Amino acid sequence: MTARRVMGIETEYGVSAPGDPAANAMLMSSQVVNAYAAPLGSRAGRARWDYEDEAPLRDARGWEISRDSAHSSQLTDAPDDPGLANVILTNGARLYVDHAHPEYSSPEVLTPRDIVRWDKAGERVMLEACRRIAANPGLGDVNLYKNNTDNKGASYGTHENYLMRRSTPFADVVRHLTPFFVSRQVITGAGRVGLGQDGTGTGFQISQRADFFEVEVGLETTLKRPIINTRDEPHASADKFRRLHVIIGDANLCEVATLLKVGTTNLVLAMIEDAAFTRDLSLERPVGTLHDVSHDPTLKQQVTLRDGNSMTALELQWLYFEQASAYVSDRFGDDADEATTEVLTRWESVLSRLGEDPMLCARELDWVAKLRLLEGFRNRENLNWDAARLQLIDLQYADVRPEKGLYHRLASRGQVEQLVTDAQISEAVHEPPHDTRAYFRGRCLARYGENVAAASWDSVIFDIPGRGALQRVPTLDPSRGTKEHVEALLQRCRTAADLVDALAAE
Amino acid sequence: MAGQEQQRPTRRDDEPADDAAPAAPPAGGAAQTTDADVDAILDEIDDVLESNAEEFVKGFVQKGGQ
Ligand SMILES: Nc1ncnc2c1ncn2[C@@H]1O[C@H](COP(=O)(O)OP(=O)(O)O)[C@@H](O)[C@H]1O
Ligand SMILES: [Mg+2]
Repeated sequence: MTARRVMGIETEYGVSAPGDPAANAMLMSSQVVNAYAAPLGSRAGRARWDYEDEAPLRDARGWEISRDSAHSSQLTDAPDDPGLANVILTNGARLYVDHAHPEYSSPEVLTPRDIVRWDKAGERVMLEACRRIAANPGLGDVNLYKNNTDNKGASYGTHENYLMRRSTPFADVVRHLTPFFVSRQVITGAGRVGLGQDGTGTGFQISQRADFFEVEVGLETTLKRPIINTRDEPHASADKFRRLHVIIGDANLCEVATLLKVGTTNLVLAMIEDAAFTRDLSLERPVGTLHDVSHDPTLKQQVTLRDGNSMTALELQWLYFEQASAYVSDRFGDDADEATTEVLTRWESVLSRLGEDPMLCARELDWVAKLRLLEGFRNRENLNWDAARLQLIDLQYADVRPEKGLYHRLASRGQVEQLVTDAQISEAVHEPPHDTRAYFRGRCLARYGENVAAASWDSVIFDIPGRGALQRVPTLDPSRGTKEHVEALLQRCRTAADLVDALAAE
Repeated sequence: MAGQEQQRPTRRDDEPADDAAPAAPPAGGAAQTTDADVDAILDEIDDVLESNAEEFVKGFVQKGGQ
């Protein structure tokens, strides 16, 4: 499977009312979702999320914790406030309020480039919501940030989701993924001004999220965050698949960083599934090392392996790259698919230049782009790392508005490399990917929105006039319901009733 | 951290050019950013940054998430 795989990416956005730090975050988050969804009209903007199949308390290690022992923030399938906004979009994504943040969960896609495309579409959705709130005289302004911390002790996530074979031993996932996650931040870090969870330590670090990780493996996502999260909610046939829920990534704005984040992880997962690793790279102290690596933007920090060797995080990434590259040429020779080849080529190129001078990656990696901006400003203004204006640059880098967001200012000057075109992103705001079940979900919303009562990753529920019961169409296999599978069927069925009847007859 | 003699893993220079990588996309670094680029964005930044940095940063308070 290599760099291709069923996957999705979710981002909780920072939300704030300028000038009003006490503003209610849950309320603002609902406003964001509603501002976007309401004008979609009909039912398309109102189709509810179907919670039936969610089991957030199931653990990949094989047990299920009882609801009593769960922290209330883990009970995501029973929101305190049923009115909390939660909608499905015609591009197959989910837009909702998670705790106190608006969240965009991308539709399922198959390639790293499509992750980039539908993740960028999510940024557009947030921007649109922000604009509509600003245009509404009845509402105060709401700013949205694609980042992961307020620098005062709070963190919120960007989660990657990967479909994996259930038969792969989870211990292998933990063994090979942990050192990979500890070291991949040299590529995927989004950069942060401030050290420690509350950001009071002075300095710049590579990752937004690193300091918030406290344990190696676990089920929690809001406290005692683990490097490997064991949430086991497959949204697919549980006997065949698991959905690996990765919570350690930073929110990236740079498209190359996003591409490499999921692309390289896919390669590592493919090797784990194929038992192709020839070397155990387990670390001596994964959590402490995660922090240490993040705190050294010169990339000199040493990482100690359990076998006694030590090296830098960059060198550890090289070891993963070497094995992945050998694996791909061994299995596929010259026939590796384009997505895989692109990821390997870019991975190698970025690692080489990080070794030479990290600044050579300023067009591709967020932490480098941000650091370059900060260093330039610091030199000009002669500032220390604790200057408020540097923290402001860090924050504003992630503002979703093109006129305020510093990432967007860089992009508009052609100073970051873009992989997908503006037109491709605009299209992805409305259109679902063609090659997963998201196609069926999104198209049902677009075509029969009036009659879609609810939907989830693995179902679409129709409410058809004249039929007493709701009609639930399960979509348990993420690779079915593609354009190829259902386009003709959907074209043939003018109404939702036609569709339900046609499916029942199959 | 000093004195580690670990051999540095590097790209496999000894092997014939990247067997797994036909049709290499141009590496992003091909077009490097220059000092002039940094200057251009810094010239603009004062207009883009929110006024009263200290208060603005202080006012950005989030609830924890996942
Ligand atoms: N079987 C699957 N394998 C991999 N990714 C999936 C699968 N089903 C859904 N996803 C993706 O996982 C994400 C789930 O988002 P969300 O509902 O917010 O999950 P969570 O419960 O983890 O917050 C989406 O981006 C979606 O595209
Ligand atoms: Mg989520």
